[in-house]
Amino acid sequence: MTTQSLAEDREIRRITFSHKLNRWDVKISPYLYISPFFILFILTGLFPLLYTAYVSVYDWHIIGGQGDFAGAGNFEWVLAQDKFWVALRNSFSIFLISAIPQVILALIIAAILDQNLRAKTFWRMGVLVPYVVAPVAVALIFSNMFGDQYGLVNNALGRIGVDPVGWHSQVVPSHFAIATMVNFRWTGYNALIFLAAMQAVPRDYYEAAMLDGAGRVRQFFSITIPSLRPTLIFVIITSTIGGLQIFDEPRMYDTTGAGGASSQWLTITMYIYNLGFGPAGGGQFGRAAAAAWLLFLIIIVVGLINLAATRTIATSGSRSSK
Amino acid sequence: MSTSRRTTAAVAIAGAAAFALLAAGCSSAAPGGDEEVTELTLATFNDFGYTDEMLAEYTELTGIKIVHNKAATSGDARTNYFTKLGAGSGLADVEAVEVDWFAELLQYSDKLYDLSNDEVADRWVQWKTDAATGSDGRLIAYGTDIGPQAICYRSDLFAEAGLPTDREEVAAMIDGDWATYFAAGEEFVANSDAAWFDSSGAILQGILNQEEETLEATDGEIIATTNPVVEDAYTTVLDASPELSAHLSQWSDDWSAGFANGAFATMLCPSWILGVIEGNAPEVEGWDVANVFPNGGGNWGGSYLTVPAQGEKAEAAKAFADWLTDPEQQLKSFVSTGNFPSQKSLYEAEELLSVTRPYFNEAPTGEIFSERSAAISVAPFKSVNYFPVMDALQNAITRVDVDKTQDADASWDQFVTDVEAIG
Repeated sequence: MTTQSLAEDREIRRITFSHKLNRWDVKISPYLYISPFFILFILTGLFPLLYTAYVSVYDWHIIGGQGDFAGAGNFEWVLAQDKFWVALRNSFSIFLISAIPQVILALIIAAILDQNLRAKTFWRMGVLVPYVVAPVAVALIFSNMFGDQYGLVNNALGRIGVDPVGWHSQVVPSHFAIATMVNFRWTGYNALIFLAAMQAVPRDYYEAAMLDGAGRVRQFFSITIPSLRPTLIFVIITSTIGGLQIFDEPRMYDTTGAGGASSQWLTITMYIYNLGFGPAGGGQFGRAAAAAWLLFLIIIVVGLINLAATRTIATSGSRSSK
Repeated sequence: MSTSRRTTAAVAIAGAAAFALLAAGCSSAAPGGDEEVTELTLATFNDFGYTDEMLAEYTELTGIKIVHNKAATSGDARTNYFTKLGAGSGLADVEAVEVDWFAELLQYSDKLYDLSNDEVADRWVQWKTDAATGSDGRLIAYGTDIGPQAICYRSDLFAEAGLPTDREEVAAMIDGDWATYFAAGEEFVANSDAAWFDSSGAILQGILNQEEETLEATDGEIIATTNPVVEDAYTTVLDASPELSAHLSQWSDDWSAGFANGAFATMLCPSWILGVIEGNAPEVEGWDVANVFPNGGGNWGGSYLTVPAQGEKAEAAKAFADWLTDPEQQLKSFVSTGNFPSQKSLYEAEELLSVTRPYFNEAPTGEIFSERSAAISVAPFKSVNYFPVMDALQNAITRVDVDKTQDADASWDQFVTDVEAIG
């Protein structure tokens, strides 16, 4: 009897334990599965973010380390610098010059790739090739091509009788040249994202439109573009974040990486880097941290504007699709 | 259960014993010192001329293997140096530094080993040693090379413009002050499409390197914006720029391309730039070096070796730095790269004086730069803010000379604003 009861006991216990395991599995496992992301985020995202905030309220030198408490002093100093505002202007300007043509071009390329082409995979992989090239290599080649006196582009312009453009010396041309590098790299990538979305559009729509007598162009604007709304929003948001943080291309645009003699193409991330690590006037971690936080706040503001715009587009989109 | 506990205990004891042994091993080895060192790391930038053969020679002598890391530019090396010096780890056992950011490093001299040693006390030219000696008398770095300046010129372009081409005659023509140099330039540009010099920024640097107090007063105060010496140099250069400059910014892609395109006929020529000229225009024939420099002599650039205190192989690293900066090694470096040694015993040495450079029309570069280094009479005072202020000043020149986006007065005003933001 005792053995029997023991056996029963054991059996019951076993069931309850595995029950418990089951319940834990259901309750805890999902969190465990997503935890690597959050652990990584805390280590590489949240901690540096908070630590930067801590650094930003101190005088902090690259070698000397932590100094006196400065309060809002570093923020005031950064906001009083002309260079900060110039850098902000440059970041936005390069972002706009690159993002707008890039999205339009990517849409057109995607629309072409969506047609029945021969050797489809070849063309689709082809547009991705620039994305594979390292940005620094791209920057080296382009900065050479856009040389003021001996560059390929000015040479070609000279052939057709156009005066040489100051690709490095002038503000807008330098932004244009840097935007070209960004577009070179990202247009194909975005085109593939658009292409994926386009292929998800039900083909019946196009058949119906064709029966109604709509041409290719009309189809593109009335069917393809409205169906791409969510994808468009995704692409615009990612390129906004990327655009405001642009660093590699402008930094490699000349050999010193300081953004030009009158900060023509100094972007906000380069400004932060130069404050922190730059050879001229660098090593000021406190001020660099303050500038980094200001950039963070700016991106949040731009993000909120994006979100508002996204909501309007999304609701109007769902209305039109009904 | 109890067995396993016993095993754990045994393992723990064994572990502790092993640890103790290890600790004992270490402590007994430590006073003995450097027999233990089997490897040293060396970090340089550009080209110091420390070839693999040279380093292999040291391995043969001492049995210490050398791992050599080369940064592409001095700027990269600087970023790396300062970041890791601040972090307290990660630097090589022997680290090279460049003279322009060396001053900044002096204020952290407690993070570097004192290298002073009677045997080497007399090795370098005095101003080189002085610049590496802290106010407390510690010598924190061993000098490698210096940059005595001569004038490099394109004899083919000179011939086309009807100027003398022989290096003695060219030297006689330019000999004098900066006005003489510019006057010769005016004669040249009247008969040629090429410009006289490459970059106004380089000329400005040449002029300022002949003055003792330029951007900073010896007490460390920034005087660049009020010092008449600086403003005079600025005006002189920008007055000459429209006619004589090739409007290139040093080290830019256009500047490098300018060598091959014959954009300019002369340039200020510190010994280490010979390799740069040769590399940028390997096919051009006609570059030559004249034993002359406007207004006497001048030094531009040069480097040091330091031993960071975060390294644990101090004695071995010091010995290695000592060996590398020994005249014998620096002579080899000069022969292979053109980096002119700062070791004064070499200036009389036949091996150095007999060095010639085929690319520069067999110019006797050993002899020329030896004389040019003797002409250096002033060591410009450079302190913490020298580099950032010089950078701002160079930008001011670039805005007028290269970018042509501002006139001289507006650019100066912006320079004043930029300097106010420093420090």
